[in-house]
Amino acid sequence: MTIDSIPLQAFLIVSSLLFCIGIWGLLNSRNAVRVLMSIELMLNAVNINLMAFSAYIDNNLIQGQVFTIFVITVAAAEAAVGLAILLSLYRNRVTVDMESFNLLKW
Amino acid sequence: MSIALTTQLICFSVLALIIVIGSLGVILLENIVYSAFLLGGVFMSVAGLYLLLNASFVAAAQVLVYVGAVNVLILFAIMLVNKKESLKPKEYLNSRKLISTLICITLLSLLVRVDLSKVWNIANPESSIGEEATVRIGEHLFSDYLLPFEVASVLLLMAMIGAIVLARRDVMSEDISTGLPVKQELIEKSNEQILIEKN
Repeated sequence: MTIDSIPLQAFLIVSSLLFCIGIWGLLNSRNAVRVLMSIELMLNAVNINLMAFSAYIDNNLIQGQVFTIFVITVAAAEAAVGLAILLSLYRNRVTVDMESFNLLKW
Repeated sequence: MSIALTTQLICFSVLALIIVIGSLGVILLENIVYSAFLLGGVFMSVAGLYLLLNASFVAAAQVLVYVGAVNVLILFAIMLVNKKESLKPKEYLNSRKLISTLICITLLSLLVRVDLSKVWNIANPESSIGEEATVRIGEHLFSDYLLPFEVASVLLLMAMIGAIVLARRDVMSEDISTGLPVKQELIEKSNEQILIEKN
């Protein structure tokens, strides 16, 4: 990365925006599938952060890229298990409305 | 990277715009199928950002894993739980929406302030590894990150088995004690709607 390249802050701001949009979707979605999508958005925001820091600050060892690969792995596992839980939940309750999953409500 | 700065800036602006607008569409659109396809677009644009950051291997992994696996999995889940239902309105939802919007905007302003005010010590661009990044990732994965790499493989195996166990229906072809064929309707009936509220 040369000095006259895109500033690091641009990547960080995009990632902050994506993260906040993900949190908003996580809190406000009533469809359980959309909640899982929001989690994926947040994980992607974290990945952009890791990649930007790896390219600008640690550009020789690029440990951030290795971390990103691990995050991608964990996200794939999370999506598989999350959607399986969603399927069995749907089989028991016949709905995907988050407001109706209140069995553990205090 | 040997691309001119103007080209980089144009690419970055377009990708950032797609990411932000696409993710807004993911959480705001009524139709969940549109959300899923927009999510795929967001994942592709994030892979484009990785290419701008000289990380071709991670960009390929992003396209393969996110667009090829996670997004397709989400589409299948939408297909399997696709039921048109009219959601019951709840009176506390509006106040929750307001409060969470406030919290998100506050968090965003906090993050942007930190992003802009902190002076990052940018590394010397001469030491950049550039296109050799894939080789360096391979070295990392088989030397100092060997244990996390192996643990990740165990995690993937556990996730695979867990997903199968959680999502499958119990279907038995014959009774264990008598050896006679089982009436499948009884199993179907026993699987249905255990936790539905009776009202």
